[in-house]
Amino acid sequence: MVNGTRLGVGVLLAALFGAPAFLPPFYVYLIALILVTGLLATSLNLVLGFGGLYQFHHAVFYGIGAYTLAIGITKLHWPAWVAFLAGPAAAALAGLLIGLVCVRLERLYFGMLQLSLGSFVWIVALRWYPVTGGDNGLHGIPLPAGLKPLGGAYLFILTTVVASLLVLWAVVRSPFGLTLQAIRDNPQRCQVVGIQVRAHQLAAMVLAALFAGVAGVLYVTLERSVFPNMLSWVLSLEILVMCLLGGWFTFPGPLLGAALVVTLRTFAGRYTEYWTLILGVLLILLIFFLPEGILGTLRARHAQKAPEPAPQPAPAGDVHG
Amino acid sequence: MDNLLLAEGLYKAFGGFPALRGATLEVQETEVVAVIGPNGAGKTTLFHLITGVLQPDRGRVTFQGREITRWPAYRRCALGIGRTFQIANVFPRLRVFDNVQVAVLSRHRKTFHLALPASRFAMRETWAILEHVGLADKAHHPAGALSHGDQRILEIAIALASRPKLLVLDEPTAGMSPEETAATLRLLSRLNREEGLTVLFCEHDMEVVFAAAHRIVVMHHGRTVVQGSPEEVRRHPEVQAAYLGSADA
Repeated sequence: MVNGTRLGVGVLLAALFGAPAFLPPFYVYLIALILVTGLLATSLNLVLGFGGLYQFHHAVFYGIGAYTLAIGITKLHWPAWVAFLAGPAAAALAGLLIGLVCVRLERLYFGMLQLSLGSFVWIVALRWYPVTGGDNGLHGIPLPAGLKPLGGAYLFILTTVVASLLVLWAVVRSPFGLTLQAIRDNPQRCQVVGIQVRAHQLAAMVLAALFAGVAGVLYVTLERSVFPNMLSWVLSLEILVMCLLGGWFTFPGPLLGAALVVTLRTFAGRYTEYWTLILGVLLILLIFFLPEGILGTLRARHAQKAPEPAPQPAPAGDVHG
Repeated sequence: MDNLLLAEGLYKAFGGFPALRGATLEVQETEVVAVIGPNGAGKTTLFHLITGVLQPDRGRVTFQGREITRWPAYRRCALGIGRTFQIANVFPRLRVFDNVQVAVLSRHRKTFHLALPASRFAMRETWAILEHVGLADKAHHPAGALSHGDQRILEIAIALASRPKLLVLDEPTAGMSPEETAATLRLLSRLNREEGLTVLFCEHDMEVVFAAAHRIVVMHHGRTVVQGSPEEVRRHPEVQAAYLGSADA
């Protein structure tokens, strides 16, 4: 089973790295968009599915990452590499500031407060014309020569997304990731075993915002534009649906959700302007029929068929205690 | 014997309703102390004040001579006060193993560790606790799928992972079958005997109380009214009239 998964991931990676060689540009572009959005959804799921936080306005950190890169290059004339690093850093800082306010509240109140703070950032992006370009956004952002052809941008995006996912996967499996899931399941119990719940939630928010910022920077690499819709709550809702659809208690769930939603949005957009209506119907169906998402439901079925293996004896490779 | 825990003159009201009106409680090291009393007597509130889930309006709590009245729960845990709850209070989506491991990681202050997988930490200690309480064969089950009795045992295992000096249990055998109750009592008395764990618990089942406790504290209307050995409490006329009734015969 585990080896099968590894083989599958290997084949998928080989296919992704080879894609520009045999796919037409439109599909290369579509895969790049799925990768960027998938990283964004996975970063959200660190706090949503693994942390149990109602992060209702995650797109804000994506937008801040993208705008920081765009403004840094076009208005402040930073070197490209500085702007590329500043994007995720600014997103993480925003995660820290918004997080400091929000983790004082719980559950739905956390989500509502975040929506209002996020909407404030969105309004700034929408109205501050001299800096953000207002409702037009900023376009034709000059990037290093290697990133200009689609193939170059694609490889940069693919490599960065894979590296980021590896880091997020390590975080989920680490003691911090385990603690985060325990906080999701039962914050009160965590406090009584000595865990500082809010400090862990805040750290998770900063990490999630950092990787949302990475996704934002990658989006600019692909599109060479930024616009205020990148920080809108509609996008936040879309990535929330991706997590729920794919399976928010699984690691690859948001990636699958992103692949499905982005593909659907791309092709539905050719026939209708009412994409958000389709999204709404999808959300309703999900809540009623797949509350654990596609991968969560599959995993539950699998677990019913094959019970877990017997426990292992204490292994020798124990680092601490 | 040293005075491990001392709670003096605790008052606590919820929206004007006084849940505690001058509760005083003393626990010596390596003692097993039971708190009894009718529903609404303030037992759970008293335990919340001792473990830091709530803070009193008046009164003080000292542990090993140190005043901890206003300390948050996580600091009291580090000091050596462990806790289980009235309702099964575990991490339902995590495996049984992870439930205990997270508490061990917390004691080792490793919960912010990001780089290595959790499976590299505290494995031996977690397995030892699971074997100690008899849950090792269910280590890979999701905690939410355990029977009620096993979830209560798992709670004790989580509390033990913080290596408490004092373990505070809120109705540890509520909802258990007679066999599970007997097994839980055996576990608690073994921990007390072999490891010198001090135990403070409240309980409705008088048989459990008289079988396990060295000393019994009776609460009524938010006050601690009688304290003494099981024999003394059993003979006390007020207690007989109010709580034991004719069942004492």
